[in-house]
Amino acid sequence: MSNGELTHDEAFVELENVALIYGRGQTQVQALTETRLKIGRGDFVALVGPSGCGKSTILKLVTGLLKASSGYVYVSGREVGAEPMRVGMAFQNPTLLPWKTIRDNVMLPLKIVPPFRQQFHRKKKTEFRDRVEALLAQVGLAGFGDKYPWQLSGGMMQRASLCRALIHDPQLLMLDEPFGALDQFTREELWAIMQDLWMTRKPTVLLVTHDLKEAGFLANRICVMQARPGRIIDDTEVPFARPRSIEMTYAPDFVTMTQRLRELIIANRPQKEAA
Amino acid sequence: MNPQLRRRIASAALIIGFFLLWEFLCRAFNISDLVVPKPSQVIVTLWERAPALWPHTLQTLYTTLLGFGLGIVIGVLLGMLVGVSKIAYDVAYPLLIGFASIPKVAVVPIFVLWFGAGAVPAVLTAMIMSMFPIVVNVATGLATTEPELEDVMKTLRASKLDILWNVGLPRAMPYFFASLKVAVTLAFVGVVLSETVASNRGIGNVMMIASSSFDVPLVFAGLIILAVMGVSLYVIFSLIEMRVTGWAHRKDEFAIG
Repeated sequence: MSNGELTHDEAFVELENVALIYGRGQTQVQALTETRLKIGRGDFVALVGPSGCGKSTILKLVTGLLKASSGYVYVSGREVGAEPMRVGMAFQNPTLLPWKTIRDNVMLPLKIVPPFRQQFHRKKKTEFRDRVEALLAQVGLAGFGDKYPWQLSGGMMQRASLCRALIHDPQLLMLDEPFGALDQFTREELWAIMQDLWMTRKPTVLLVTHDLKEAGFLANRICVMQARPGRIIDDTEVPFARPRSIEMTYAPDFVTMTQRLRELIIANRPQKEAA
Repeated sequence: MNPQLRRRIASAALIIGFFLLWEFLCRAFNISDLVVPKPSQVIVTLWERAPALWPHTLQTLYTTLLGFGLGIVIGVLLGMLVGVSKIAYDVAYPLLIGFASIPKVAVVPIFVLWFGAGAVPAVLTAMIMSMFPIVVNVATGLATTEPELEDVMKTLRASKLDILWNVGLPRAMPYFFASLKVAVTLAFVGVVLSETVASNRGIGNVMMIASSSFDVPLVFAGLIILAVMGVSLYVIFSLIEMRVTGWAHRKDEFAIG
């Protein structure tokens, strides 16, 4: 358990006794309760758990898309939303704009986020373009800048989506099951790319996933969540050295770890679903 | 021969065949000019009366385009207003449908009452008729933006205007251009309607006067002019649509495995 190791000052992201309730009256749903989580700067944390346990809710709280019903969410020592912060986000669906080329799609955050926003018209054909090309090359999409999203395969679109999430050098990267809709081989390829991106850029990453192998391969820490009401019930360090390889995921230590997490999740399923 | 060319030739053949059959039936059954004139006769009328018909044709075209232009401006603005928020969309939709389903012929007398006979009621009728499909389509295009796409923009701290400009409006473009094809045809209907009821110029007026003096070939000549103009406007806006929103009509065969 590493939960208590970070002090308030060290934690880049901190959830303090957070609860979140959707709706009101009869239809009210307690999505999160008594949630505490601290993430250090540049760390890579995975959230795993059954569906409906509030994993995506945590992402939305940290990015300020949702407001906690009670408790506090701090980012960089300040309450979330208090000051602008650069966030990147990638979803299961690549959500690229179909009328823009891959290059323009990846460039979108530079058009919106300050300080890039003010320089956009001056640098979009020079510096920003090079920046996009370099990132595309790093994920294996060199030469695809002029293509449109619908001309690419699912795995390629997801790579472009990762590029869009990272182009503005976000301090915080939110990944909401970004590899969930891909086939096994493409997924493993993208894990390696994601690891490479994280190791070269060191953003603070929060990854939501159903896949324990994915969590173990990518993350430094795995937080297990329980559903109804959602809360974090376990927080495990992943001790394996980087760069990690797919072969590693078949090593006995790794299998033992994922096995333990799996049993933990199953043991804590809500009663009515346990059968 | 490629399938597209074959389809075009077949379409052209059908149109020519239609007029040939019409001509043939008129001659075979010896139908009076006062009931249905022969196409050959209509063409002769068109040719002989061209100098007199031309200013009316221009008048109708000009009124249509003016009304259509106003319809676009107001339609897009209203559509944006209704489409930017889910609540506005849900609240305003019933009223819009209510207005859209009023038979527009019923509003012509009101416009005539307010502005007198002439070009103004024609322009306004064209505007009213062409506006609704544009409003509804722009609003629908904006309101159905994927929530995830908005989340991406919101996490970038994009303003409402940023989202509208970068995501909402481009996404609504195919809806908008699809509505233009329909709207331009409706604008045309509106103008002719209004000219028929209350005007002393325009093709609608020409047809009205021709029918009251039993000049049936001239009535049909007017009909042909209207058909040609209507089809031309439809084709022009279809071509613009294909050019501007090609991304929405993509073909799967372009995809790489």
